[in-house]
Amino acid sequence: MDGIFLQQTINGLTLGAVYGLIAIGYTMVYGIIGMINFAHGEVYMISAYLSAITLAILASFGLESFPLLILGTLLFTIAITGVYGWVIERVAYKPLRNSTRLAPLISAIGMSLVLQNYVQISQGARQQGVPTLLEGAFKLHIGEGFVQLTYTKVFILIAAFVGMALLTYVIQYTKLGRMCRATQQDRKMASILGINTDRVISYVFVIGAAMAALAGVLITMNYGTFDFYAGFIIGIKAFTAAVLGGIGSLPGAMLGGLILGVAESQFSSMVNTDYKDVFSFSLLVLILIFRPQGLLGRPHVAKV
Amino acid sequence: MSEPLLELKALDVFYGPIQALKQVSLHIQEGETVSLIGANGAGKSTLLMSIFGQPRASAGQIVYRGTDITHKSSHYVASNGVAQSPEGRRVFPDMSVEENLMMGTIPIGDQHADEDMQSMFELFPRLKERRNQRAMTMSGGEQQMLAIARALMSRPKLLLLDEPSLGLAPIVVKQIFQTLRELGQSGMTIFLVEQNANHALRLSNRGYVMVNGEIRLSGTGAELLGNEEVRKAYLGGH
Repeated sequence: MDGIFLQQTINGLTLGAVYGLIAIGYTMVYGIIGMINFAHGEVYMISAYLSAITLAILASFGLESFPLLILGTLLFTIAITGVYGWVIERVAYKPLRNSTRLAPLISAIGMSLVLQNYVQISQGARQQGVPTLLEGAFKLHIGEGFVQLTYTKVFILIAAFVGMALLTYVIQYTKLGRMCRATQQDRKMASILGINTDRVISYVFVIGAAMAALAGVLITMNYGTFDFYAGFIIGIKAFTAAVLGGIGSLPGAMLGGLILGVAESQFSSMVNTDYKDVFSFSLLVLILIFRPQGLLGRPHVAKV
Repeated sequence: MSEPLLELKALDVFYGPIQALKQVSLHIQEGETVSLIGANGAGKSTLLMSIFGQPRASAGQIVYRGTDITHKSSHYVASNGVAQSPEGRRVFPDMSVEENLMMGTIPIGDQHADEDMQSMFELFPRLKERRNQRAMTMSGGEQQMLAIARALMSRPKLLLLDEPSLGLAPIVVKQIFQTLRELGQSGMTIFLVEQNANHALRLSNRGYVMVNGEIRLSGTGAELLGNEEVRKAYLGGH
């Protein structure tokens, strides 16, 4: 196999796993309240800042071991980002629950701007960065060249996989998961069976934010830099992944993320890096034309 | 007379500008089986849903076990022992039979889940055959059984049933009414909404007749079965 192709596939899977993690937030929120949470990209962006802040704090205590650093960063970032998810839903969407369909969408765009500006003012407009935490790489010689798999990428793939597996388990096999699915399938009936559906919706926002936080920590590890605007493009990419996989479908979000990541990486190496975003969004347009329900989504059936 | 388990006092309910319930008053004593009969669109299902506040009453009062629940949330009502098998069955389409039954245990927790699920499977053997099948792939009658079984899984103090005989084969209807009779005899309070007035009234201690959102008549099951007006309108006149 061509070394470059393999290298780009590895890069693409890493990127795609992260898209998938963020796409989960879009798809779960859409599934449960039928809205696109346009502020979700900003939740990811905030988690990137939080991970840098945590790393700085932990390092200032003299912590140097990678497992402890990353564990502390993950726990803290996921917890605080989860709180952000909860607050965003409370402030911007819950009061509009029984309003028109368009109202929460507009509120989401507003929330997205508020969060961008809040971070810009509180953290500054300059690009921020963290040093590389995990040095080194596996090298695999193929013909003339070699394929490089950095430890960071290995860690990202494992962490993203564990995150997705954990979430799948929770949704499929726990009481909380059943409550989420019931609320998604028939909110009124769920409440008649004794489920506090408002609380379940809050949980879904917290879960989505936690997954975005995991993505935030992982991307920060890999690329090292971010700014207050970082949530926009990656948010739309993750949204594309969610639509590609079939919005509302959890496995769809993960699959859509991986496919988009690999497609984008291959396009970058084979055609042109500058146009990779154009390529991704062209893909979105094509899906919407030819398979609007996405790969794993089902065609929309009106409820009777 | 002791305090009723559930009492509706002069309830008004609107859907937008349309008044669905007009000054509806009725009461259900603990241990009674009470049926509400009436034509399609009379407001029977609305009445059952309004007990859960969906939609909310704009005037009047709903009192359950001495507590005013008119403005309580649906999940509060469910958590306090009211279960409903609603109009249109509303089973969760993407969940298996077992998962649907588990959803019934939310108000009481799952400590009795296995035991109760076994008794539901005895009651409705069809559900046992299909325990791992997704609800959406089942027939209307099977979904109806599932909706009733799901309501029973919460060991309700008050069971509300909306047209349990709808879409079922006559033999299954007979079986379901037999089950309801047994449940009633075991002390469960049942409020039954039916178009199948004959079956329902025979099973019930008392009944109410609803016409255009109003309670037109009430009486014991036997009284209503013997009533000329009821016979003409709901029992085919012979």
